[in-house]
Amino acid sequence: MSQPGAVAPPASHVAHEAHHEELGFWRKYVFSTDHKVIGIQYGITGLLFLLFGFSLMMLMRWQLAYPGAALPLLGRILGDTRMPGGTMLPEFYNELGAMHGTIMVFLGVVPLAVGGFGNFVVPLQIGAQDMAFPRLNMASYWFFFVGGVTMLASFLLPGGAAQSGWTSYAPLSVLAGAGQTGWLIGMIFLITSSLLGAINFITTIIQLRAKGLTFLRFPFFVWTQFVTAFLLLMAFPPLEAAAAMQLMDRVAGTSFFLPSGLVVSGQVLTRAGGGNPLLWQHLFWFLAHPEVYVLILPAMGIVAEIIANNTRKPLWGYRSMVYSLVFLGFMSFIVWAHHMFMTGMGTAMAAFFQTTTMIISIPSVVILTALMISLWGGSIRFNTPMLFSVAFLPMFGIGGLTGLPLGLNVADIPLHDTYYVIAHFHYVVAPGTIFGLFAGIYYWYPKATGRKMNEMLGKIHFLGTLVCMNVIFMPMFIMGLAGVSRRLYDGGAGYAFAQPVLHLNVVSSWGAWIMAIFQLPFIFNFFWSIRHGEKTGDNPWQATTIEWASPSPPPHGNFAVAPEAYRGPYEYSVPGAARDFSPQFEA
Amino acid sequence: MDIPYTVEIRRDTGLNNGKIGIWLFLASEVMLFGALFASYILIRTGAPSWPRGDTILNVPLATLNTMVLISSSVTMVMAWASLKRHRFGTFRIYMGATILLGFAFLVVKYFEYSHKFEIGLFPSTNNFLAIYFTLTGLHMLHVMGGMAVNAYFWGPGAKLWKTNPEWFTNRVEHSGLFWHFVDLVWIFLFPTLYLL
Repeated sequence: MSQPGAVAPPASHVAHEAHHEELGFWRKYVFSTDHKVIGIQYGITGLLFLLFGFSLMMLMRWQLAYPGAALPLLGRILGDTRMPGGTMLPEFYNELGAMHGTIMVFLGVVPLAVGGFGNFVVPLQIGAQDMAFPRLNMASYWFFFVGGVTMLASFLLPGGAAQSGWTSYAPLSVLAGAGQTGWLIGMIFLITSSLLGAINFITTIIQLRAKGLTFLRFPFFVWTQFVTAFLLLMAFPPLEAAAAMQLMDRVAGTSFFLPSGLVVSGQVLTRAGGGNPLLWQHLFWFLAHPEVYVLILPAMGIVAEIIANNTRKPLWGYRSMVYSLVFLGFMSFIVWAHHMFMTGMGTAMAAFFQTTTMIISIPSVVILTALMISLWGGSIRFNTPMLFSVAFLPMFGIGGLTGLPLGLNVADIPLHDTYYVIAHFHYVVAPGTIFGLFAGIYYWYPKATGRKMNEMLGKIHFLGTLVCMNVIFMPMFIMGLAGVSRRLYDGGAGYAFAQPVLHLNVVSSWGAWIMAIFQLPFIFNFFWSIRHGEKTGDNPWQATTIEWASPSPPPHGNFAVAPEAYRGPYEYSVPGAARDFSPQFEA
Repeated sequence: MDIPYTVEIRRDTGLNNGKIGIWLFLASEVMLFGALFASYILIRTGAPSWPRGDTILNVPLATLNTMVLISSSVTMVMAWASLKRHRFGTFRIYMGATILLGFAFLVVKYFEYSHKFEIGLFPSTNNFLAIYFTLTGLHMLHVMGGMAVNAYFWGPGAKLWKTNPEWFTNRVEHSGLFWHFVDLVWIFLFPTLYLL
């Protein structure tokens, strides 16, 4: 250990390897401490939750497209407490809405982006054998798992799952049925899980990076995970505090979020009162705005890796991207109340938060612009991961730019409760983040399995999904600008002014259902390629970053010889070099 | 497979993994209690009237508890210092004292809580008591957590001293950092709830 930052193979290495060979099935695949196994566990659980959350939405889209119409077959299976005679009850609609948001954000995208890709890729990209705290890593997954099961089980509680939206605004949520308690307990498990994960990621990135891998030689993906981990570490605890207070309100009868003299169903509530419903909103959005960046940053990192690899050029403005990312991380803590312009919190507050919101758009635009300029003059390889990555740019761009009016108090007030907001943030997260995640799956699949996914099926999946995403969400901008509220059980059918745009509900719904069909090639491809995909070597994409120095799939401990970093992450097409890529790990 | 820098220090960061980990954890704990203190401020400033803590709560008992916790922080440091000087026997004594002082804190807290319940003061009574029970309750959970970790190092965890004394000393240091944090939270809680 004479060199600073050297990772010397310990003397007992061989003995330990022999010991690990003896691990049984349970320790190897279920209660594993190997970051790659945990990453895959997170990834697959996350994908299943994404599918489940999407299914809830497909059900809701039936009610929105054909309000009050009986849903054949499926309606009967769901029973009389949810869909009597096949017609959806309003309570069940609320359940679906609240749980769609909760599941997609906390159980789908974040576990896949951070738990899945972060766990699998980050230690490999920094040349580490594993995470800094492998047992903590396992605990993190199992806390997440218990949280997820709690959320699913809450559907079976009397009165069903939580019905107060994924934001669980008080006082509605405090007075809601038992499902809300399940939601709060589930959230406490999920928060604990992400806390353990965040500590682990930051420590791993600081301590276990390979010799020579300085911070400005990190692949951009490592940087995004580093900043994301800080956001999770610092933003989630206030929501944990808020969840504890809401639990006290519900279980111990306190009034943290219940104002004095609250009238429910015509009667004044017999509670002490004196609480503040806006306090919940502040604490919730203090998490949930940084959470937006938790959703998007890892996807940006994935896209950056793939764009550099497939344009065969260095990223344009790598340093500006890194500095923007760090600045964006700090700023994300002081913009939260732009979600709350509707509360009438006062012009001074609104002025502050709209200013910070306009400022935070600058680093996002810098990163997106740098990625776009990176395409310029490249000889681009259009494989499936690259298609998803290139599509990410305009899709995220639409999502980001349509957010600007929402950041201004005056424009936000007419738009806030309409479908415009739904379209805006879904463009960021669905064809934005999820495209990034799909790209990552196609890109790192050969590292995890030693085989490539099928390109033809990948392209069908890509084209179908791209078209359908826009068919689903573009009409929502139009509906939102026409003033249709996003909180209506009948999708606006009861309002005269909504009639001219009502047919767009049908368009959106069919877009969603057809998109489900286009996920079938992906699901098939994902499993089929494990055994039948084209076999690949260690570095099938001729990439430069350190994860490609390990065998595919990497063994326990990852690298045969501890790798070193000799140069920056994206040295593609170096003039005078023999090949068009000069890997970080080659002297 | 051994994870590097579990015990030894990485030269360019000057830290081992556990030290970074525990400080990051404490950072998140600051945010957790910070959010609750912020909520306290918001609810109190929004209330038309707010009782002074000493009219409801027992200040002498809380002063005693403050002394108990500060003493336990001292014994915690002594326990770690004993390990640094390779005196395992004195470590056991000081660590045992730390755990007992933690226990004494819980006993005093039990009397405080049960007295409140006897005279009909519950979290639901008003928002002062709501925030009192929530903050001190959460703090108490932290005391229990710290005691459990310390008890592990006093008992079964102490086996590590025989095989890897440096690692064991580091782990005691890290659990000490947590214990001091729990102490510090109380130092803020005491004036905020009992005196102001």
